Amino acid sequence: MISRKFLVSAAAGVVSLAVLGPTTALADSVIAGLITKTNTNPFFVKMREGALEKAKQLGVELRTYAGKYDGDNEAQVEAIESLIAAGAKGILITPSDSAAIVPTIEKARAAGILVIALDTKLEPANAADATFATDNFKAGELIGQWAAGKLGAKAKDARIAMLDLNAKEVSVDVARDQGFLTGFGIDVKDPKDIGDEDDPRIVGNDATDGAEEGGRRAMENLLQRDPNVNVVYTINEPAAAGAYEALKAFGKQDGVLIVSIDGGCPGVKNVRDGIIGATSMQFPLLMASLGIEAVAEYAKTGKKPAPTPGLDFYNTGVELVTDEPVDGIPSISSAEGLKKCWG
Amino acid sequence: MTSETTRGPQEFEKVLADSATEVAQFELEDNNLLRRLHHFLHANPTAVPVIVLIISILMFGAIANNFFTAFNMTLIIQQVTIIGILGVAQTLIILTAGIDLSVAAVMMLSAVLMGNLAVNMGVPTVLAIPFGVLVGAACGGANGLLVTRFRLPPFIVTLGTWKIFFALNLYFSGGQSIRSQDIDQAAPALKLFGDSFQLLGAQFTTGSLLMLLLFPLFYYILNWTPWGRHVYAVGDDIDAARLSGIRTRRVLLSVYALAGALCALAGWVSIGRVGSVSPQSFFEGNLDAITAVVIGGTSLFGGRGSIFGTLVGALIVGVFRSGLNLSGVDVLWQQFAVGALIILAVAIDQWIRKVSS
Repeated sequence: MISRKFLVSAAAGVVSLAVLGPTTALADSVIAGLITKTNTNPFFVKMREGALEKAKQLGVELRTYAGKYDGDNEAQVEAIESLIAAGAKGILITPSDSAAIVPTIEKARAAGILVIALDTKLEPANAADATFATDNFKAGELIGQWAAGKLGAKAKDARIAMLDLNAKEVSVDVARDQGFLTGFGIDVKDPKDIGDEDDPRIVGNDATDGAEEGGRRAMENLLQRDPNVNVVYTINEPAAAGAYEALKAFGKQDGVLIVSIDGGCPGVKNVRDGIIGATSMQFPLLMASLGIEAVAEYAKTGKKPAPTPGLDFYNTGVELVTDEPVDGIPSISSAEGLKKCWG
Repeated sequence: MTSETTRGPQEFEKVLADSATEVAQFELEDNNLLRRLHHFLHANPTAVPVIVLIISILMFGAIANNFFTAFNMTLIIQQVTIIGILGVAQTLIILTAGIDLSVAAVMMLSAVLMGNLAVNMGVPTVLAIPFGVLVGAACGGANGLLVTRFRLPPFIVTLGTWKIFFALNLYFSGGQSIRSQDIDQAAPALKLFGDSFQLLGAQFTTGSLLMLLLFPLFYYILNWTPWGRHVYAVGDDIDAARLSGIRTRRVLLSVYALAGALCALAGWVSIGRVGSVSPQSFFEGNLDAITAVVIGGTSLFGGRGSIFGTLVGALIVGVFRSGLNLSGVDVLWQQFAVGALIILAVAIDQWIRKVSS
């Protein structure tokens, strides 16, 4: 009997502690969560830096989570569940799988949490309270217009290699690819599908996994299909660096335009060194710090952030970085780009 | 008794006169060809992958433009350079009935350390590279110790160390690539294995030649040195090996450490191949290496297989990737094809194994 009484009171003690713990924490500070696709890509590393800095400044308690690889939906689901359990006020997420994560997001919103998608929209976009992102279609369009402008009259005989991300055709991959083609002046058919175009100027598409090794392999394969490639679109700057190595090995590094998207510091340096012709810079740090501000605001006043007029998301901006500007397309030089680059 | 046996056949024995008189023998006529094939494949485990490789080259040569050229053939060899070297390491381990999921992580960790030391910290390349190789050997040795001393299954050990080595890679690299141009300036020797030369329309890199040389070297080591025979013996039956006086733990430990050093070598070669030190590349390298070994006909149960099979296995994957791409086939079907090849290879292995039991 004694031991049972003891157990009960001990258990009660534990329970009351458990209840007291979080409530006192809640009263003290606002908890926000940042969930990125991975913690390996410098883009997300920068995003986390921006969020941590802003959170410290505003007295928000930030918890960060990441998937193990790009496309890791499970880890993101678990992260949201832990944040709901922790009583978070807001969640910033770069969804790995824009559609699959939605039911879990709905649970979080039902629990009164402000959910902001960073960098990548959810499907549907209104599944989140707000989206702070680069306009990836616009980012692609800018480099497409630049490449077409650079070629001038020769654009109609261009031989274009498309170095995409992977077979999954995630939304960022599709938006950049189709944006580039649109900017270049090519009919994209279904804007949600990569590779359904029948314009003879496109040599082919291949997957790079967004890294140097894949970029090189993909470029080699497409050069085997057509050695006269003179425009190379790349999903990001590491893929562009790999593509350049392949062109160099084929003795074709001169006279081929490589365009890319991201604005990481190594990429901007490659623009400076003439390896990448132009790149569209995006601003991960800004996305994250704006996101934290929005969570703090929501915790204080309950006000939710509004999208940029005319778009279904808050546009954090994109800038074309090139040292060979084309008339009519606003751009900044690589020297200016190096001051703003991330990573 | 004697008189009874000499009396001639008894009543019930009379039917014997009508029965067969030939000596009992196997029925060879029905399945002669299949059976012979079975025996041939059992004796020559590399035959199946070689046949698959030849057929696939002929097939893509017929349907894909620009496929069957000296240049494209040697390009495929360049593309499988890294997986080939990792495959050598993986073959050694799989021959001991183990498996190493951490090969690509060890490779990237070594490459990142070499790059950091030589490019970012200004350490002379002649020191940075051996240091990287030592780290690789140490990583492999750590796997080996956990397998032999703590008797943990290799799958679990290397699943764990894969994550650990990958995390260390990210810690030291910050996820950031070291640019090709920075390497050229500070430590061009890191890209030694990227140097290429043309020969009769074909293009070779020093890295791909190194990879091709590793195979005969390890063929010799595995087949003609005591250590090599011990590796097979340990994989085939570890108890029998121990009872016949082989120091099985020492053999296993040396296999893992050597595999780690080979991975580090692959890391050095990868800097030449990729151009930069790229911590994001080869994320699936460990699985690609296992794929090459398995398609190459080496048994996952240990003790049976040939090192050349791994080269052929890696080439088959390279040929399919290149051939499907040049035929304009969507990327997802490349993965589909490789998946089908793996299952086919293991199914054939199982069928071949039946002949021995």
